[in-house]
Amino acid sequence: MKLVIGIVRPERANQVLEALHRAEVRGFSMSRVQGHGGEMDRVETYRGTTVQMGLSEKVRFEVAVSNGFVDKTVGALCEGGRTGEVGDGKIFVVPLDHAVRIRTGDTDEGAVTPVSK
Amino acid sequence: MSGVDTGDTAWMLVATALVLLMTPALGLFYAGLVRSKNTLNTFMMSIAAIAVATVTWAAIGYSLAFDGDGALIGGLGNAFLSGVDFAPREGTTIPELVFFAFQATFCIITTALISGAVVERMRFGPFLVFSALWSVLVYAVLAHWAFGGGWLISGGTLDFAGGVPVEMASGFSALAAALVVGARKDYGRQALLPHNAVYVLLGAGLLWFGWFGFNGGSGFSTGEGSVLAFTNTLLCPAATLVVWFALDLMRGRKVTAIGAATAIIVGCVLITPAGGFVSPGWAMLLGAVGAVPSYYLIVWRTRTRVDETLDVLAAHGTAGFFGILFIGFFAQETWNGVSDGLLYGNAEQLLDQVFAVLAAPVYAFVMTFILLKAIGAVMPLRATDKEEAMGMDVNQHGEEAYATGEGAILLLPDDHDKVAVPVADPG
Repeated sequence: MKLVIGIVRPERANQVLEALHRAEVRGFSMSRVQGHGGEMDRVETYRGTTVQMGLSEKVRFEVAVSNGFVDKTVGALCEGGRTGEVGDGKIFVVPLDHAVRIRTGDTDEGAVTPVSK
Repeated sequence: MSGVDTGDTAWMLVATALVLLMTPALGLFYAGLVRSKNTLNTFMMSIAAIAVATVTWAAIGYSLAFDGDGALIGGLGNAFLSGVDFAPREGTTIPELVFFAFQATFCIITTALISGAVVERMRFGPFLVFSALWSVLVYAVLAHWAFGGGWLISGGTLDFAGGVPVEMASGFSALAAALVVGARKDYGRQALLPHNAVYVLLGAGLLWFGWFGFNGGSGFSTGEGSVLAFTNTLLCPAATLVVWFALDLMRGRKVTAIGAATAIIVGCVLITPAGGFVSPGWAMLLGAVGAVPSYYLIVWRTRTRVDETLDVLAAHGTAGFFGILFIGFFAQETWNGVSDGLLYGNAEQLLDQVFAVLAAPVYAFVMTFILLKAIGAVMPLRATDKEEAMGMDVNQHGEEAYATGEGAILLLPDDHDKVAVPVADPG
């Protein structure tokens, strides 16, 4: 089991959702985060105050998957998130010790495999 | 100054300020309807109309609209405010300076209305150029036809406060603008939702407030026509709201807030041309019946490929169209002192109204189409897909509506050329 964390542009979030759907990845969560990964292209001015925006809005996907789904999930995040410009985001894959589905008490592989009922 | 009535002038000064408030109110209404990354750009298009259309109106627009009674266009006698002073405007009891300012606020809001068709993708620069040209070549011409002595008003068409130059002109121009500029890149593929329904409701409320000056001032006095239009501006939109609620209930079993805000606008537009010509009872009927075509046009339009984003055509174009036609049936000389409609035995009035609903949409649509094609040949009308994705606030104005300041690096005035140290750089 792995936890796949994908941080992408907010304007690409819908494409990522579509790509995940096509890859048959059904369970995930997403949150709005601010981050910095090298892009420094936004200079804003408010009356006399000029600032360079060091943090950009990003969307963070967290997907817990069984080993067989890791590559599909990473592929979907790349496909949906990529524009080719600096600031497209990162994907981190980390080991996952234990998972529980609260409703049924299923654990581990059973907890991260979608149920159809 | 002889011929000037102090009471009329006092009211018209207030009415002018009320109508000017409508444009920032429209900006708020539109800003709430777009996504948060486009809030400022959308609002700024309304502010831009105040800037540009006021200047063009003073320079030439007012003169083309209100100097003389040529059939198609006015003269240049009042260009650059020449001769516009404290003497009463012909046919009124208010100084021409006040008359000019009042009419200027109409030109401003009409220009601002069209922005609703092109928000979230049209670049700010071309919009400024478009505003300047449109306010003269379309608004001033139609204002002359309907208000200033042109062929419609001299032929007998009744238009109390601007069904022709304001409502139909903006609505059908908006359709042309949406077709020329093209749909937003995500239109039809993603849900593009309003980001703040409270702005939308507050904007609609302030527009309604301002509309009392718009309609109530269009008699240029405190006389009966103004009083009738003022009260009809309360009655007609209220009837529209009630019917809109019912239509919402029938369609989705819930009354929606953004639907209510839209209904307020539609009701105010419906009564705009008819305000001083129909009885209070007929005004309420107009509000009730007129809600239906606008409601279903909005429902239908969102299923098409035409990204007329904020439905200016449905809210202003068709509602203005029905308001103008309604006069032809229900105008009542015992109320307006001018003319009866078909229902009271004067079929000719309906014919005069039909001329207006045929001519104004065609002129506005064709002129706007040509104008935007011409501007588009000189400069790109649209932001790039990347800029559109980033949001128009940052890429057009270098500001955000909801900036947090977290992670922002202050640049000192003489630092602008230097590359700032990225926050993640260990050096």
